[in-house]
Amino acid sequence: MLAHLRRSTGLQRGILVTGLVLTTVVLLAALLAPVLAPYGFAQLADDAGRFGSQQPPSAHHLLGTTVGGYDVLSRVIWGARTAVLVIVAGVSGSLVLGVTLGLVSGYVGGPLDRVLVVVFDAMFALPGLLLAVVVAIVVSGGQASLVGGVVSAAVAIGFVFVPQYFRVTRAETVRLRDAPFVESARVVGVPGTRILAGHVLRNATRSLPLIITLNASESIFTLAGLGFLGFGIEPSSAAEWGYDLNKALSDTAAGIWWTGLFPGLAIVVTVLGLTLVGESLNDLADPRLRRRRAVRVPTVATEVTP
Amino acid sequence: MTAPTVATPVVGEARQAADVPGTSAARRRLLTYLLWRFLLIVPMVLILVTVVFFLMRLTGDPITAALGGQLPPDELAARVHAAGFDRPLLEQYLEFLRHLAVLDLGTTLTDHQAVTHVFTTYGTATLELVSYALVVALAVGLPLGALAAHRRDTPTDAGLRVAAVLGYATPLFFFGLLLKLVFSLWLGWFPVAGRASLQSQTALDTLVAPSGIFLVDALRLGDPAVVLDVLHHAVLPAVALGLLTGGIFLRLVRTHVAGTLATDYVEAGRSRGIGELSLVSRHAAKPALVPVMTVMGMQIAGLLGGAVLTETTFEWKGLGYVLTQYIQARDYVAVQGIVVLLAVVVALMSFLVDVLALVVDPRVRY
Repeated sequence: MLAHLRRSTGLQRGILVTGLVLTTVVLLAALLAPVLAPYGFAQLADDAGRFGSQQPPSAHHLLGTTVGGYDVLSRVIWGARTAVLVIVAGVSGSLVLGVTLGLVSGYVGGPLDRVLVVVFDAMFALPGLLLAVVVAIVVSGGQASLVGGVVSAAVAIGFVFVPQYFRVTRAETVRLRDAPFVESARVVGVPGTRILAGHVLRNATRSLPLIITLNASESIFTLAGLGFLGFGIEPSSAAEWGYDLNKALSDTAAGIWWTGLFPGLAIVVTVLGLTLVGESLNDLADPRLRRRRAVRVPTVATEVTP
Repeated sequence: MTAPTVATPVVGEARQAADVPGTSAARRRLLTYLLWRFLLIVPMVLILVTVVFFLMRLTGDPITAALGGQLPPDELAARVHAAGFDRPLLEQYLEFLRHLAVLDLGTTLTDHQAVTHVFTTYGTATLELVSYALVVALAVGLPLGALAAHRRDTPTDAGLRVAAVLGYATPLFFFGLLLKLVFSLWLGWFPVAGRASLQSQTALDTLVAPSGIFLVDALRLGDPAVVLDVLHHAVLPAVALGLLTGGIFLRLVRTHVAGTLATDYVEAGRSRGIGELSLVSRHAAKPALVPVMTVMGMQIAGLLGGAVLTETTFEWKGLGYVLTQYIQARDYVAVQGIVVLLAVVVALMSFLVDVLALVVDPRVRY
């Protein structure tokens, strides 16, 4: 990442820095939620009494309170923690599964490969959100408890991404399978698992960081979408932006804007940060798109006398 | 998604054989390709159906999920037995497939309606919404993408690209919520929710055999007030769903038009004195339409997923709206059926788009 930063210039560096700053803000909010948030995510009252429902922003509640009587600012900050947890769990789970299957499928080939390709291609065709809904039903059994909520969201999101990692890794593995260095390792008698883990894996996963940043932003949408459709994590067990947006829907009709605006903006900031980082990583990784740092050439007076 | 992988070799083949378009051999090859592409739908749907079926049954039967805890255990067991959910899973799966073959997906647990009936009743509303959204997406994406390409690296281009990135970063339901807040509550320009006013709804209900597509029905009714009312209700949901896809089209068109603008034939056109507008819109933009078609095919799944969210935001009574109702009621027979039917629709649509892309691209000759 630092190497990328050093290599970039001008507008591209601006984009990368903006993305990194936004992402860092979200990560800090997730890490320091207990310190930053004025109240707990499920707190309904303090020493002064109950917060009250749908209170407009005030000195007491900077961003107002929700219909359920929670502090909006606190839930926005705590929501970052839920989002980061779910992304990390979901993306890493699908990464391990997708890459492993892609490696084995691409290297072994044959009927196993053909079956896996067809299955994952078919899964690719279904709207990701609907697939996530089905998986969330299965994992949570319809009940959205504390750990159950986070885990089911993570599994549901992970399930959607497995086909992508599978495709990319498999395609690269097929290309590498007959590469001279792999073939020579085979000839020397290196066991198959070591060829895969040592030789193919490192080369086949080069393009993954970009896909991971893009998927991370997509998984925020899926998490919030699940929450919005009523698969959210219960408000008493964690703060989740999509759930709050769902609850804010009826507020909007009454002209109450603060319950929906801020969780929504939190999603925009998070996705924007990740997208900008991903976009500039993509540009910087491709030498054709990379703008070179202008070399300052000492201006020599080249006067041409007519 | 199969278009590039399947269609490309055919292009090469056709070139090699130096076929004259319209010969019988070429036509036969086209038909063979179309037939194969069509048959590919079957395994795709079958796999999806299988995945969904076994996933849904992994944790138990739908009746326990819907009514568990509400009924005494022995009564629950009796209901499960009566519905046949206590038989071996494989037997249930085979029966499910047998019923699917005749498009029978069972009856919903909560309101005892045939799932296919629910699907056709609410599907028309979703179809209408997705069509409007596509119109918005094309109307926004194509001209603005071409504009951004023509004004590459100028403030116009930068502004459009920032808007496209922001559009991507905004979740659909949040965007819908903002539109609702600004345009219907603060400005009062558009209705807050629904597909038609109560008055138009009653007028539409008088129609014999309505199509369910409100615009078509309103036109059949011949009352301009109803037509306007229906369109008025559609603006915000269509913009919410359409701008998202429009942003994708914009970026795509920008990239491709920027490429074609740099070609010799555009330069030749310019030297002959063809105006810039016609140069961009006719000469440079046309080749860029082919990738747009392909991406459109891939976007259909995304649009349907987005429709679910948009319908919930705007209380647009389509499939997404009714799906969330069933989810909240834990009616998993209904959820499973609707998801399966949506998968069938996505498969059919992507086939149609592939065929359309073949027709549009003049380089693919048979």
